[in-house]
This record gives sequence, structure tokens and C-alpha cells, in this order.
Amino acid sequence: MAIALLVDFGSTFTKVLAIDLAAEEILAYAQSGTTVETDITVGLQRALNLLPSALQRGPFECKLASSSAAGGLGMVAIGLVPELSAEAARRAALGAGAKVLKVFSFRLSARELEALEENKPDIILLAGGTDGGNEEVIIENARKLSQSNIQCPIIVAGNKAATDEVLSILSTGGKTSLVTDNVMPEVNVIHVEPSREMIRQVFIQRIIKAKGLKKAEEFVESILMPTPTAVLRAAQLLAKGTDTEPGFGDLAIVDVGGATTDVHSIGRGNPSQPGVVCKGLPEPLAKRTVEGDLGIRYNAASILKICGQGRFLRNVHFPNPELPQKLEALSQNVSLLPQSAEELDLDFALASCAAQAAMERHAGTIETLWGPQGQFYLQYGKDLTGIEHLIGTGGIFIHHPQAGALLQKMLFSPEEPFSLKPKNPGLYTDARYCLFAVGLLADRFPDRALRIAKKYLKKWN
Amino acid sequence: MTRKKTVVLGVLGVDAHVVGNKIMAHALESAGFKVANIGTFSSQEDFIRAAIESAADAILVASLCGHGEMECRGFRENCLEAGLDNIHLVAGGNLVVGKQTWEEVERRFLEMKFNRVYPPGVSPQKVIEDLKKDLANNQESEVGSQKSEVRNQNQE
Repeated sequence: MAIALLVDFGSTFTKVLAIDLAAEEILAYAQSGTTVETDITVGLQRALNLLPSALQRGPFECKLASSSAAGGLGMVAIGLVPELSAEAARRAALGAGAKVLKVFSFRLSARELEALEENKPDIILLAGGTDGGNEEVIIENARKLSQSNIQCPIIVAGNKAATDEVLSILSTGGKTSLVTDNVMPEVNVIHVEPSREMIRQVFIQRIIKAKGLKKAEEFVESILMPTPTAVLRAAQLLAKGTDTEPGFGDLAIVDVGGATTDVHSIGRGNPSQPGVVCKGLPEPLAKRTVEGDLGIRYNAASILKICGQGRFLRNVHFPNPELPQKLEALSQNVSLLPQSAEELDLDFALASCAAQAAMERHAGTIETLWGPQGQFYLQYGKDLTGIEHLIGTGGIFIHHPQAGALLQKMLFSPEEPFSLKPKNPGLYTDARYCLFAVGLLADRFPDRALRIAKKYLKKWN
Repeated sequence: MTRKKTVVLGVLGVDAHVVGNKIMAHALESAGFKVANIGTFSSQEDFIRAAIESAADAILVASLCGHGEMECRGFRENCLEAGLDNIHLVAGGNLVVGKQTWEEVERRFLEMKFNRVYPPGVSPQKVIEDLKKDLANNQESEVGSQKSEVRNQNQE
């Protein structure tokens, strides 16, 4: 029996999943608190001990892990024009599973450089200029970085005509730098895949060690990627399929967590209506957005402010006389799990608001313009109205009895016709918490990983 | 190897006329220019951002809906504000509607500090020839002196 052991070192919990690769079955799941401050392997061992004893010792066909422990992968993106190369760099970092701490554009000021140092990024992505375009700004920014106290690796992904000089300046300053393709080789052309791959390589080779997670690799073969990347990989595999196993086609995955709410979408997102013109920087095929203000624990109090009392109260079914105080208490006690019907209901409302707002920010929008020739429609971002699959993951979708109703909250609404959210997708939840594992297995066992995902996603409609 | 001259090309304002835009982009590329074509429905800001990122030598603004004069107001000032001190500004298309003489329209665009302005039906060839000449001249001269020079050429 070939068993794969998949581990996710989460920010709060270390999760282990044992999968029988031959039978394509999930054998067991267990979790225990992540112990990154002391020794990451302690928490892992505790989680392993919770598995059935026959599974604890292996042998395992493979032991793979993802990690968002120790703050995840924190990145700073630098570009030239905020809406162009800086935005392309930001998207490249997000798609690589990073937490984008800051985005800078134009020439870095002394104050910005200071803020950059304070943010202590794990990696800096330095872009700016189309190929053959502006060289001065990326060169000057390289000079400023080289004279700073920054120690983290710098990935250079800007104007190729400036690359040699940028690298030489950075190496003179004793900085670790690597080079890859320009994130925006031409105006309005986005080319993020090479940067994403390089970020992942740097993560494996350097960041794991820098964060004190290397010890985990004594047990697992390797920590392959940040957790969000594993989910995005799973999304890509599930959408695209393999040579022998058909995929789902265009889809979206929503990950509602305690600290953030992530949305991943796979698809071109071209206009579904005639006469609509796309504007703005083109979207990556695999797009990830992260909402750092929509975590249902850390941001419980601010979700109420962001979504407004009206929307919030439409989602609760019990009277909550001291709502702000209750939410404040939740954000102070982030590991609290709902017990009573009231608490479950409050979580439902929080997650509804978070998921809805996250989907609104992720999905494209339509702007109406009137000109001498009549009315025009401009589309910014992706049109997701036609996607056929919407998948929820994260604790709330796994444990909450109304997970299906929660997914409904993210759908298109005739009241907001210009927000291009999914209209009529199949609704699924990652009921066995296997998507991260599918992402980890995607490269080595694509067919099996895909069939496992299809088998264990729970359909709600 | 000298760097290819780079131009930003687009259609300004609420304007869907895409055919001339594609023809012009093709003609410019064939003539050896690097073209950042931002297409239809572009704002002044879109042109300026693209010009900064691509270190463009010129911005070519098309307007065919008849609102060109209104849409082009403040273009030079916005370029200066964004640090594009010496950018060569060209406008063309159906810039205005109504009974107006071309000389009158041209004068107003030159006053707005466009370096060149073309009437409807101008051939891409003419625009390209002028552009090559102007960009060669521009390498040393200033915006102010270009303006008078352009005027002189237009009077020929």
C-alpha cells in the first residue's frame, strides 16, 4: 500500500493527512497546534500521534509539506508606475503565495526605504520599466537597496536592458540577488509565471531555513511551497485536468481563514456579454487575491465596519444585543471555536460578510460610459459570471452545517449587476480538507491527485 | 545598437474607433518604431503612465468622436506634472465637429502645446515622416523651441 503523508504547517495548526495513493483514498486526518517558536517538529509529532497507530510509522511513498508558519512568506513588491509594473509585481507575489507587506512605486524615498526595512520582508521583488523602457528608476532603486540594511534575497524582474547594471549594483552592496523575466515586458502585458517560479525556488532554498523550519525537513522530504500556493496549484490542476483525466474548467476557490480570506480563480475572465471592452492591466490566468482585513477571527470587529450593520444583520438569525463587544472578544481570542447555536450563527454571519466582500474585490466590474456614439461598457478585472464551479475551503466550510448557504452569498446579485460574480456555479466544499494535499501531489501524481480532489469535494447543489 | 524610438499610441476618451488605431500601430511598427498601443477608451492618465513605464519619446493621441479638443485640454500640463518634460505630443483624427476652419483648430491645439496636429484623412506615411524628423531634432531642443519650429513647418 503506497501511502502519502501530506503536512501543512499552518500559522495556527499543523495538519497531517494520510492518503492511500493506490486506492485514492483519504485514510486519516489530524491536527495539532503549530510549534514554530520552539521546535516545529514537536507540533508535527503531536499531530502524527493522533493518526491511527498503523499509519504513524509508515513507510510512506512520499512526505510533502506546505507552510505558512512563522508569518508565511512576506514580500515587498517594487515597480515604476503604480497601475502598471508595480501592480504586475504585486500580482506576481500574490500568485506565488506571498503576503504582500508593501508595494512601492517610482523612486524609493528615504522614508519608504525605512518602511521597507521595518517590514522585514522575506523576499523583495524588484520590477520597473518595460523591456527597453525606463531604466533609470529601477537602477536608482537598486542603488538605494544596495546601500540599505536589507539582507533578504532580491528578485530582479524589470526592464531587461537595465538588469546587468541592477545586478552589479546589488552585488556591490553585498545583496543576494537573482534575476528572472520582466513581470511587464510591454505596456499592459503581464508575464508573472517566471517570477512566481523563482519565488518558490527561493522559498524552498532559503526561506525555510531562515524561518527555522529546516528541522521539519528531517522528517518530511521537503517543504515544497507556501500553503496558498498549494491551494492555487490544486485549483490549477482541478481546472485544467491532465492528459487522461478531464478537469472542471474555469473555477474559483474561496479560502475563509482566521487571519485572511483568499480567493483564487482560474480562467481568462473575458467578457461574457457582447459590446464590452476590457480595460486595465490584463489578469493572470491563475489569479489570487488576499484580503488581510477579512479574517473571521483577527478581523471579526472590522468585518462589521467594512460590511456595515445592515448587511451583517441580514445574516444573523439570533438577537445580538452586544454585537460589537462580542466581535471584539472574538478578535482577542482567535482560537475560539463555535459551540452554541448562537456562536455558530455569528460565525456564519462573519464568514458570509467576509466571503461576499472578498468575492466582490476579486471579481471584475463593469463601468458604464456615455459618449457621442452612445453607451459603452468597460470591464475591469475578470468576468466570473460564467464559471461553473465555486469551491469553499478553510475551517468554516469544513465544519459549519450551513456551508452550502455560505457559498450562495458569493454569487451574482441582480441588485449589483456590474459586479461580475459567478451566476450559477456548482457549489462545493473541501469537506475533508484535502485541497492543500492535492496541490502538493499535483506535480508527482497529477492524475491521482485530481481524482482524489473530485472524489472528496462535497457538492451542495 | 541604437534604441528603437518608442511611442505610446491610443484613442482618447469615450471613443470606440479601433480600426484607425490598429492601422496606425501597424504602420508605425513597420516603420521601425516600438509601439505601446493602449487602444481605445484611454484616459490622459493611461497615456502618461504608459509613457513613463516605456520611456516613450512621443505620445500619439487619436480622437475620432469629435470631442478631441475638450478631451485634450491640460494634456501637456499633466505630462509636465508627471515628469514627462520633453515628451513629443501629437494629435489627430476627427478632433472637432461643426463648421471650423482647419487653421483655427490647428492653432488651438498648438496653443495647448501639442507639437503636431493633423486634420482628418492624413496618411500614416505623413505622420511617420514628420515623427522621424521631429524626434531626430528633439534630441537636443526644448519644448518651447520645438513649438515654433513645428509652426514654421506647418506653414510651409
